[in-house]
Amino acid sequence: MATLDAPRIVTSRATYADSHTLSRYLDTGGYQALRQALTMFPEQVAAQVDAASLLGRGGAGFPAGRKWSMLRKSPVSYLVVNGDESEPATFKDHFLVERDPHQLVEGVIIAAFALQVTQAFIFLRGEFALGLERVQQAVNEAYEHGALGRRIFGSSFSLDIVVHPGAGAYICGEETALIEALEGKRGFPRIKPPFFPAVTGLYGEPTVVNNVETMSNLPWIVQHGGAAFAALGAGRSTGTRLFALAGRVRNPGVFEIEMVKNTFRDLIFDPRLGGGIIDDRRVKAIIPGGVSAPWFGPELLDLPLGQDEVGERGSMLGSGSIVVMDETSCVVRAAWRITKFFSRESCGQCTPCREGSGWLERILYRLEHGGGRLEDVDLLLDLSDNIAPGLTWPPQQTTICVLGSSIPSSIHAAISMFRDDFYEHVEHEGCPHD
Amino acid sequence: MTHLRSELRQRAEELIALYPRRRSAMLPLLHLAQEQDGYLSDEAMAEVAELTGTTPAEVRGTAAFYDMFHLEPVGRYVVGVCTNIACLLAGGEELLAHAGRTLGCSVGGTSPDGLFTLEETECLADCNIAPVVQVNHRYVRTTTPELFDALIEDLRQGRLDHDVPPHGTLIRVRRSGGLRVEREELAAERAEARAARDARAATEAN
Repeated sequence: MATLDAPRIVTSRATYADSHTLSRYLDTGGYQALRQALTMFPEQVAAQVDAASLLGRGGAGFPAGRKWSMLRKSPVSYLVVNGDESEPATFKDHFLVERDPHQLVEGVIIAAFALQVTQAFIFLRGEFALGLERVQQAVNEAYEHGALGRRIFGSSFSLDIVVHPGAGAYICGEETALIEALEGKRGFPRIKPPFFPAVTGLYGEPTVVNNVETMSNLPWIVQHGGAAFAALGAGRSTGTRLFALAGRVRNPGVFEIEMVKNTFRDLIFDPRLGGGIIDDRRVKAIIPGGVSAPWFGPELLDLPLGQDEVGERGSMLGSGSIVVMDETSCVVRAAWRITKFFSRESCGQCTPCREGSGWLERILYRLEHGGGRLEDVDLLLDLSDNIAPGLTWPPQQTTICVLGSSIPSSIHAAISMFRDDFYEHVEHEGCPHD
Repeated sequence: MTHLRSELRQRAEELIALYPRRRSAMLPLLHLAQEQDGYLSDEAMAEVAELTGTTPAEVRGTAAFYDMFHLEPVGRYVVGVCTNIACLLAGGEELLAHAGRTLGCSVGGTSPDGLFTLEETECLADCNIAPVVQVNHRYVRTTTPELFDALIEDLRQGRLDHDVPPHGTLIRVRRSGGLRVEREELAAERAEARAARDARAATEAN
């Protein structure tokens, strides 16, 4: 059974139908954290976030406090919030922007105060039409409420937030690509170094980029203290986290649970969470952190949901998405579809990614649809090795950004775990599941 | 005469004013242009170039990068069916094939009556109700062939005009209030606040 006694930090209003409105937000303690933060020194607010050991919730899991402290020495120009959520089967930021937009806005204002930034941008993927409406509405209401604009709540702090729409490009979740898009250009990731927009960000100025869920945690952290947050979870994985559970489970959805205290099995099988596998079938494989993550077999179901716990076993919690495949699922088709995604979404700057993803996709296509050859299986690994040499975890990078090195994850995992399924496709001249 | 109608032109100017640099308004402005025409016509892109201080080639080159922008005319409704991993496991490919039969067009094509354009999308981040279908970027939550056909019929009859507005992801997004303050002014204000804070800290230290 799952351990579900932790407080709900970012989903406390989820049960209300009007959770997105200002009146509900104010009735449930909204903007109190901001009022409290404004009585503190900005450094004190940042110290609470540091004490919380809040790991960024976007995918890389970099400590938010440390990201900020890189900038404390020089003034930051811009705060940019990454709401481009496009990692396949990740849908927790979608939940937050539609269901609790004021919580996001309050978090952004608190972060901006801590960083002493006067201009913030919330970048939301363009397909979130309702999310864009709700977050803009929340910004409008925050202005009317005095929580945004000149001299917020009578303090000396002023801030403007611009809600910016994306236009359909996975790569814009990569923070330097997101900045390019915000500058009105193609979403081409920038060459590193510098590794962080903290050095050269929007318009070449120091910029902090944080994820929607990361921001949404801040009101609670300010109100309850960083130590209370850090008391939840274990090790480096503190607090609660949103997990987006999808695939062959009875009850897919977004669940906020305490880090580390629960396992994949708890999340997938607890009747209050995933509710088990459809038709009581068996787990064949799980994708633990978005399709950039290597897969796990059922033998790792009892692994705790923690950043290091999953990292040590050669994968990642990544974006907090967990996809379950059962014995009816075709792993070749899954690997093909994931590779097709990367091929479509490759921005095209780097040859290994642009060309490699297309070659891999075509080989997987012929295996799945007939025309595959026995030697294709090793050819897939050989090509993958050219994109991420050694097929290690974390992967070696031959490209400007990590999209390229993410391509081999599913292919390498599927072949390592289910090589015979690939040979079966060759013998069957197509998918035996069809 | 501008290509964008005056209300959109007005909104475009307001959007540009939100950013430190005009070019940053590129994506929002292209969304506005699609709100008017459903796709990006040469005239619209030329006007966006003029508004953002770029060239029509730069606008086209930028627009072509993003999936949501159409460089050719589309139907009144753009129907997107997701087939990415979570939807694949829930029958997304089968639903997409069914959609093609119902609409009488292939993926990327437009139905013979010109009403519907069908797209195969990447993950739309609503995977708990899979396979995911969007119409003009509104989640319609029709996961079976039967529900899909009922949806198309409702759209044809205009019964979903409230839930599914015409093109443009910003069509119901309006910024009210808020002001752009000159950065120099804010910098001065910030310096003043910092001085006051330091004074306070010094007092507290005593």
